[in-house]
Amino acid sequence: MSESSVVKVIRCIVCPTGCPINAITDKDGNVTFEGYTCKRGLEYAQQEYHEPKRILTTTMQVENGFLPLIPVRTNKPIPKDRLKDVLKEIAKKNSKAPIKMGDILIENVLDLDAHIIASRDLPEKK
Amino acid sequence: MKNYEIDVAIVGSGGAGLAAAIEVKKAGLGVLIIERDRELGGITLQCIHNGFGLHEFGEELTGPEYVQRFINEVKKLEIPYLLDTMVIEFTRDKVLYAVNNKEGLIKIQAKAIILAMGCRERTRGAINIPGFRPSGIYTAGQAQRFVNVEGYLPGKTYVILGSGDIGMIMARRLIFEGCQVKAVVEINPYASGLIRNQVQCLEDYNIPLILGYTVTKIHGRDRLQGVSIAKIDTNFDRVIGTERFIECDTLLLSVGLIPENELTLQAGASLSKNGGPVVDNNLETTIDGVFASGNVLQVHDLVDMVSAEAKRAGQNAIEYINTRHGKDVKRRNQINVVPGENVNYIKPDLVNRSDLSKEIIFTLRVKFPDRRVQIQLKDETGRTFYTKNKVYVIPSEMIELKINLEKSNVNPDCKKIQLDIMPRPEVLVEEEE
Repeated sequence: MSESSVVKVIRCIVCPTGCPINAITDKDGNVTFEGYTCKRGLEYAQQEYHEPKRILTTTMQVENGFLPLIPVRTNKPIPKDRLKDVLKEIAKKNSKAPIKMGDILIENVLDLDAHIIASRDLPEKK
Repeated sequence: MKNYEIDVAIVGSGGAGLAAAIEVKKAGLGVLIIERDRELGGITLQCIHNGFGLHEFGEELTGPEYVQRFINEVKKLEIPYLLDTMVIEFTRDKVLYAVNNKEGLIKIQAKAIILAMGCRERTRGAINIPGFRPSGIYTAGQAQRFVNVEGYLPGKTYVILGSGDIGMIMARRLIFEGCQVKAVVEINPYASGLIRNQVQCLEDYNIPLILGYTVTKIHGRDRLQGVSIAKIDTNFDRVIGTERFIECDTLLLSVGLIPENELTLQAGASLSKNGGPVVDNNLETTIDGVFASGNVLQVHDLVDMVSAEAKRAGQNAIEYINTRHGKDVKRRNQINVVPGENVNYIKPDLVNRSDLSKEIIFTLRVKFPDRRVQIQLKDETGRTFYTKNKVYVIPSEMIELKINLEKSNVNPDCKKIQLDIMPRPEVLVEEEE
């Protein structure tokens, strides 16, 4: 490892072993990975280094529901650095009961090519 | 008093109760689910994060999605259930007494009972933190219900004691709701939850994880003002001079779960050291025809494992009704299964000698993390008849072993089987994940 290289440690979450993987950037900007012990670990480290993504799970307010909140999630992983923006967007919105699991509550949220969907059925208030 | 008669009564409608009910109903037997909450689903309903369903459905789901699929199946099969109904007692004769606000006291005569009451959280009382009793101290699961289901925030600035999965998941959840999480404090020198949660719930949001520390004092009289934390030595004694104050208005406790077995105990079934009932390899308790599955038996990592176990309990309850119910067939000829070196507990506690040729599922947890170990089964003479290598063991990961004891050449007349987790002998080079 030359002195001009930069190391970022990524802890692998693929399995309970939790290998520490080093993402090493050399002076020309090439990234190599060290410390992974399986193929899935390498794939995870590459994804996590270049474009970390997460499924966002939270709740949204409901009008006229059996419960005041509906648990929701993004239907696919979204960039980690946009989670906060999406949370703010969800906080602005209200949904209306009855709701069925899988119903799209916000379509293509912030143009991220992902929907906010309901995680459960929620009947109306009786 | 209203009377019900049913083949199988199921106490609880979480991941265990629902799965067991479906299994029994599909076999054509009558089943009744009794649930104390206002809706079916149990605690999984408040676990709104993802990570469930990979084993059961082959896709990653949130808790509510996972349980909704079971609820939909229960409704499709027209399985009857009672809500807002609390079982207050059951007897060796499989009579259950329950109460609700519509029918009052109810009597349910069942042929078999499946216990699926889940677990409860350890509280401040269980860990004896000195100080006053101000408001602002909650268990993590209690706060989870407030935040995710009821729509209340318990406070603004938090310290979380215990790095179990619920504690770490709540840390992220509170950040999402605009709260501040000052620290997660863990008494052990390692995090007790999954690495995945450490990374995605704490490190993603720069929440400090303070290892080897615990809360030593509660500050505040009416409302929590803060907590003192201090370093803990290997004897779990406080190290003088390491105490420091963290200001917070809320303390969440994520300090362990205990199987919920007041009813079981009251009925006269034996419990084992982990707090769950003593069961044989068919998940049958020491009371004939009473089965246990899910977190009431042992606290699981994942609801998928709970449902899988509950299906087995359902199948075994069916088998009991078809072959032994009403007949004088006693289970006497059993081998004791005991935890040995670095084993916190092991289930089942008993193996029926008549089942030695069957594949038996053993589940266990270790006491402390270790690497490159060998799992060994021995009989009472000390003879090892089964070994399996494992690269890594940790208390937060339940270990499951499927073993055919006959094929492993167990002595069929042995009285006891002990499971040890030992350092791996040097000569072995084979690795197994």
